[in-house]
Amino acid sequence: MCGIAGIIHKGKSSNVGGEMTAMLQALKHRGPDSTGYAVYRENAEDYVMRVKIAEAEDMDRGRGIHAVLEERMAKVDEILAEHGANVKQKERVRPYALRYVLTHDGNTGEMAEHIEEVDDVEILSLGNGLELIKDLGDASVVAEAYGLDDFQGTHGIGHTRMATESDVDIKSAHPYWAFPYNDVSVVHNGQITNYWIMRREMERKGHRFMSNCDSELLAVYTAHNLANGVPLEESLRRSIEEIDGVFTYLVCTKDQLGMAKDTMAAKPLVLYESDDLIAMASEEVAIRAILPHEIDTTDPYDEEVRVWQA
Amino acid sequence: MASVTDAELKGMTQEDRVKALGMTTDQLTGRSMYIEFDPDATERFAYPWAPDVDFNKRTELDCDGMTATEVNANIRSLMEDGFGTIVIKNPRGMHSLGVGILNKLNLIIEGSTGYFAVGLIDGPNVRINGRVGWSCGENMMSGTVMIEKNAGSTFGAAIRGGDLVCRGSVGSRTGIDQKGGTIIVGGDTGALSGFMMQRGRMVVCGNAGKNLGDSMYDGTIFVGGEIKSLGVDAVEAELTELDQAWLTRKLTQFGLMPDKGVAHFTKIAAGKQLWNYDNLEPNEKKLIL
Repeated sequence: MCGIAGIIHKGKSSNVGGEMTAMLQALKHRGPDSTGYAVYRENAEDYVMRVKIAEAEDMDRGRGIHAVLEERMAKVDEILAEHGANVKQKERVRPYALRYVLTHDGNTGEMAEHIEEVDDVEILSLGNGLELIKDLGDASVVAEAYGLDDFQGTHGIGHTRMATESDVDIKSAHPYWAFPYNDVSVVHNGQITNYWIMRREMERKGHRFMSNCDSELLAVYTAHNLANGVPLEESLRRSIEEIDGVFTYLVCTKDQLGMAKDTMAAKPLVLYESDDLIAMASEEVAIRAILPHEIDTTDPYDEEVRVWQA
Repeated sequence: MASVTDAELKGMTQEDRVKALGMTTDQLTGRSMYIEFDPDATERFAYPWAPDVDFNKRTELDCDGMTATEVNANIRSLMEDGFGTIVIKNPRGMHSLGVGILNKLNLIIEGSTGYFAVGLIDGPNVRINGRVGWSCGENMMSGTVMIEKNAGSTFGAAIRGGDLVCRGSVGSRTGIDQKGGTIIVGGDTGALSGFMMQRGRMVVCGNAGKNLGDSMYDGTIFVGGEIKSLGVDAVEAELTELDQAWLTRKLTQFGLMPDKGVAHFTKIAAGKQLWNYDNLEPNEKKLIL
């Protein structure tokens, strides 16, 4: 049981960070282990790259971890320079979480792969609009640590996790970036039962998996489809046939938000649609956290696929 | 038997003697002859501990700043104070509102609720002005529940009695394991509605999703719109005049009567092909042998 939430404003920016925090805080009872955000600002020229250079629990281990992190950071900087990336801004949000603002002309996928060759370094997100933040703790803790409460953007998805299939750590937390596909992220509530079959298939096609969390498969699967020119809606539709298990998942691209529900409709989602705002969450309380007035909401049915444009 | 002596038997009437010897002249009656209650009885049928409430005594309860447990405890204490009409304000999607009310009561919820709204109830009349989440009215025993907007999945799961009505559309698995009562849906229902249904009636004025009535043991489903597909062992049955009369009465009662009448409804019942158990109870079997 996890909590998922999504929000998309049509044609305008809003305080998506604050709205997502309110929604995820309302879903805390569905998953207190970790909280994650994938929020999108209106498209900028520069790339934003979020990198994790260690797990949160590694910080308590001592044994010169701080020196090791300095070393890893230096290596990341070196690789960025090697690929001709011009780092405009670098921020160490937490001891293990970095945020880069950079410009780059070449192939970002190759650069991302190179960076991840550094031990224990994982790129959480890379894109023009996307900022992907995930950490242990509830929404208020994560939002405060990463300064998300006044984030302005057009759309976003979020996740509160109750770990059932893998560890409680940042690498198994949602959302997942659809590596190396810029600006694509996924959150998921459910269990995927043909995970290993699909994972091996994806691995044979050359995709990388960073964790043992079944939800990562959806991100890799989506990335694979998008890379092959499949539109988002078609990818969501195909996933219902190709992926077994019970799931409801949300996918964001730089200007779209999509949802898909499995054939049994076993995982909940409540949907609110208006002309300028679409909000969805595992439970109605989350939508009510940002829209306290009386509204009409619906439950999407089994095998339902929807895509909204920002 | 050994406790009766010959001397004692001699002193008895014929009837007492027969009984004392373990023989009986009582007529055997089937279960259907068993009288569960006397319709003319005048005593209260409520639970012995149920408070006596007055429908004319009305009060409001604001959920803001309260947990679901506190709201439910408050409803209970208000009933103890004799309030028969309770209006719940600002539920804002709260879960488990109004569960376990075993009393007559007019409960009005002004807004939308989360999961398990008014589950496990026996008696109250509930009106919810907003939408309800999953498992509304689950395990309901009696009373009426009216929902003005949409409802989530597993609407009326394992319901035993009463009328559970949703004017809007409901999610999947409506009336799963239904054991009695009536579920009425003004709009559409999702997949696997009436799954493993055992008794009772379900009325869907709109369309039904796939696998309708899958593995149903018994009971009846009426669908006004289209059925995507029927589940295992669910079969279409003939809509009799009696069914139409019942539908007309029931739908009119809740203001859901379609303009074109009820003749277009499809009736779904169990094909009973999955009935692999004996049709008779063990004691009934003995009588036949």
